[in-house]
Order: sequence, then C-alpha cells, then structure tokens
Amino acid sequence: MAKITNEELLNSIKNKFDDITSVTEPFGLLTIETSRESIIDLLTFLKTDPTLQFIYLTDLTAIHYPEQEKPIGIIYHLHSLVNNVRIRIKVFVADGDVHMPTATVLWNGANWMERETYDFFGVVFDGHPDLRRILNIDDMTVFPMRKEYPLEDPNRVDKRDYFFGR
Amino acid sequence: MRNHPVYTDNDPQTEYSTLNLGPTHPATHGVFQNVLTLDGERIVSGVSTIGYIHRAFEKIAEHRPFYQITPLTDRMNYCSSPINNMGWHMTVEKLLGIQMPKRVDYLRVIIMELARISDHIVCNGVLGVDTGAYTGFMYLMVYREHIYEIYEEICGSRLTTNIGRIGGFERNFNHIAFDKTRKFLKEFAVGLKEFENLFNRNRIFIDRTKDVAAVDAETALSYSWSGPLLRAAGVDYDVRAMEPYSSYEDFDFEVPVGTNGDVFNRFLVRNAEMWQSLRMIEQALEKIAKEPSDIFHADVPEFYLPPKEEVYNNMEALIYHFKIVMGEVPTPNTEVYHAVEGANGELGFYLVNDGGRTPYRLHFRRPSFINYQMYAPMSRGMLLSDAIINMSSLNVIAGELDA
Repeated sequence: MAKITNEELLNSIKNKFDDITSVTEPFGLLTIETSRESIIDLLTFLKTDPTLQFIYLTDLTAIHYPEQEKPIGIIYHLHSLVNNVRIRIKVFVADGDVHMPTATVLWNGANWMERETYDFFGVVFDGHPDLRRILNIDDMTVFPMRKEYPLEDPNRVDKRDYFFGR
Repeated sequence: MRNHPVYTDNDPQTEYSTLNLGPTHPATHGVFQNVLTLDGERIVSGVSTIGYIHRAFEKIAEHRPFYQITPLTDRMNYCSSPINNMGWHMTVEKLLGIQMPKRVDYLRVIIMELARISDHIVCNGVLGVDTGAYTGFMYLMVYREHIYEIYEEICGSRLTTNIGRIGGFERNFNHIAFDKTRKFLKEFAVGLKEFENLFNRNRIFIDRTKDVAAVDAETALSYSWSGPLLRAAGVDYDVRAMEPYSSYEDFDFEVPVGTNGDVFNRFLVRNAEMWQSLRMIEQALEKIAKEPSDIFHADVPEFYLPPKEEVYNNMEALIYHFKIVMGEVPTPNTEVYHAVEGANGELGFYLVNDGGRTPYRLHFRRPSFINYQMYAPMSRGMLLSDAIINMSSLNVIAGELDA
C-alpha cells in the first residue's frame, strides 16, 4: 500500500488550486480551507486523480462561529481507501449568503449528509435534488445547531458560570 | 397543520396503491417510516421519513463536559453501546494526548468485540425471523444474555452501559468477568456453529436471501457505506485494519469480504466476523495474562475521575475530582476526528474543542444514518417481502439513525 504523505498531497493540490488558505495538520490529518467557487473542482480533482483517489466521502457537516466574518463553515472529510489517507476540507460562507454547490454530483451519499447540514445549519446546497429537513420536523423555522439557539431556557440563572467563580 | 407525507389509496393519477410502512410496524424493528408506492406486491418508489426519535445529541453535547457525553453515545447504537462509549473515550484521549497502557487496550478489545458479537447476533438472528426461521434466533439470543452478564460484572448495567471512563476503566475486571468470558468463548463457538448449520446451506433461506438487494462495490462506495455492508459488497475496508486503534495492530484477524453485497452475503460476512471476534477475544485474554494485572487505567489524574473513597480521604484526589467535574482542566484548542469500527460501520467522532469545559462542536458520523439513505432508492422494483429482509440485514438502529 503506497501511502502518500500530507506534504505530497498538499503539493499536488496546490499545483492545481491557488486559493488554498489556512493549512493545518491537527493529529496528522491534513486540514485545508478553500473557497466556495473552487470546492467542487477540488473535490472532483481529489476523487478522480489516479494517484490520490479520494473516492470515499466519510462525512459532511458544518460548524458555526458567530463572531467570524464568515460564520458558517462546511466541513468535508474525505478518505482515500487506496492510500489510506484522510483529508479535511473547510469552506466558510457569509451569514446572509449561506449557499454551497452540492456534492451529490460526486457522491450519492452526500444527499442525506447535506440534508442534515441544511436541517441544522441552514446551509442551502444549490443543485441538491431533494433539499428538505431530515431529522427535525418540516415546519420548524430555525436552524437549531447555530449558536444563537440555546439549549435551555436562557432566563435560567442557576447554572450561570459566575456562580462557580468563572 | 404538519405536512407529513400522508398518501391515500385513492390517488386519482395512478393505479398504484400506497402503503405507509411504519413508523411503528412490527416487521421493521424500530421507528422507521417508509411511504411505498406499490404495484401489486412490487415497490414502484418509496420515501423514507426519519427523525422520529431525534434527541439532539449534538446540541446537548455542546453543553456537557466530556465525561457526561458518554451516556449520550450509549443511546445511539444501543445494540452495541460499549463500542460507542469507547469510541468516544478514545476520541477524547486522542485530543488530550493520553497514551493507554496495553492492558487497558486489550480489555477494551474484549469488550468491543463482545459488543460486536451481540450486535451481529441480533441482526442475523432477526434476519432469520424475518425469513420465517424463528429457531436460529432463539438458539442464538441466549448468548447475548451471556454477553450482557459480562457487561454487568464490569460496569453494572446491560443495555446502555456507560462502560469505562476517559483514561481507562472505572474499576478492574474481577475474576468472574474473565471466567464468564472464557465460558462464553467455549459455548458460543458451539452455538454459532449450530446457527450456521441451520442457515448456511438451508435451501429455503438461500432462496429467500440470495441476490436480494445486491449492491455492487462502486454503488456502495458512492453511498459511503461502511462496515459489514460494504465488505459484503467486496470492499475490504475495516477501520480496525486500516487505522488500528486500541492496539488492534497487535491482533491477528481476517477481514471477511463478500462478493455481490446481497442479503445472503451480508449474513455470511456478519457470521464470519463473529468468528474473527472470538479469535480476537481469545488473543486478548492471552495477552492480558502477560500484563501486570492491576492496571486498568492510564496514569492521568487530571483527566481520570478518581475512585470515590479516595475523593473522601485524599487531598489530591479531591482536588482532581473537583477540577474534572467542574471542567477546570485546560484542554487543547484544536479539532480531532476519530473513527472506530462500529458494528454497523465506521463510527466517527468529529470533535472541535475551544479549550472550554464542553466541546465547541461535536459531530457523530453515524453509520446507520449513512447506510440507510440507500434503502428507498434500492427498494425500487423489489418485492415488499424482500424489502423487509433488506431492511433487516441493513441492521439500521433507530437510535443511531436519528441521534
């Protein structure tokens, strides 16, 4: 099994794409950030390149950082089963414009993962064949995993941190 | 007015009939709704509705310190909750950089493989029930009870186990746990052989399952299938072999694969995996005998909850207990993805930590959720009775599906 190092992987990506920002390697997993415009091209390249072969979409989810300029991040985990290497790709989008191109053109499995991401974060995946809520009820009006929606009654004070000296 | 898809038999545009299969149907073993359009007994199309037992675990997890998330993971795949528990513990240990002693790893392997067996027992036994062979289920189910008794010796509970702690186990295994494990190894080998004799060359069972819901490897990969389902389709992807965790690299085991991914192949793969699990438990017992017998957790007092009697009698233990419970221990500000081979496939934990007392974001990659999305598309053209056994052999667990 020929294993590609993260360095080689990053080089082959950077040769093709010039808008790769924020490269990190937490726990050996190459994490790159790219833009919405090039995400599908990047995913297609990773999937179809004969040496990389990231044919397996492990996971697709999102994250919300309310204080950032682009608060909603969409996170892809890909796995190259041939090389046994994983990669994590993030794309951040602005709050009023939470649109992403769909990855269902590459993987059928992205269908429900994108529906789940839409359901909880309100990310609209353009081109998705059936973008409906999936786990929450259809007539829900909020996107509950965003940070502005608290879990408990916000007026409850007995669990506030300052009671514990923080 | 909620717009659930409710269909009537008298849809004027088609001659097809509509069947609401579920949400509570005795043949589906869980809360699944599928609205099927039927042409006689053949399925024309289907729409899956999920989320009936969604409990917002990811949101709750953002408000719980790490050790309080373990009980949430119990309630995902409740047929093999120890795998979920330990997957979560290992995720946190990876984040904190805790190295486990070998003995703890091997103890974990024993428990995780027992859990895998108990999960496969349910799946394959129930597959027999759904094809009309109740006997195999009755023969095999007693061994799940034996596995639950082993859990009981270790953690006191049976189904939602909350077994182990971050940094190891709450207490050491007693000799009864080991005795019961050895007894299980001996007896289950006999029981499983008997079960295989009942099914593997059974003409009725083979006629019923062979070439039903066959999936080729490419489709299975495209739908991100994992676990026994993907292996039955012929892809030898097993997290235990590809990215060994908990010292699986020390074990000698095979990854059984099927050929065409039909229900019969999945059945065979699960049976073969049970034999491999038995092998691994045997090896783990041998390896444990060579390790010092009093080690059951890592030496990380700042993360491992001390025993209660020490909390009351020892100053340091009290301090650590307080710091852990109140979330005063600093944790790294980073992100980690850790995957374990759950009974249904790759169970992943994506944890984003901001150094606070709770995860900033925790996402569960739940194999049942991802495996199940192919169910409605693949049911097209299938007989209703085949769709039932297809669902049975997908082994979708409602708790894991909905999280």
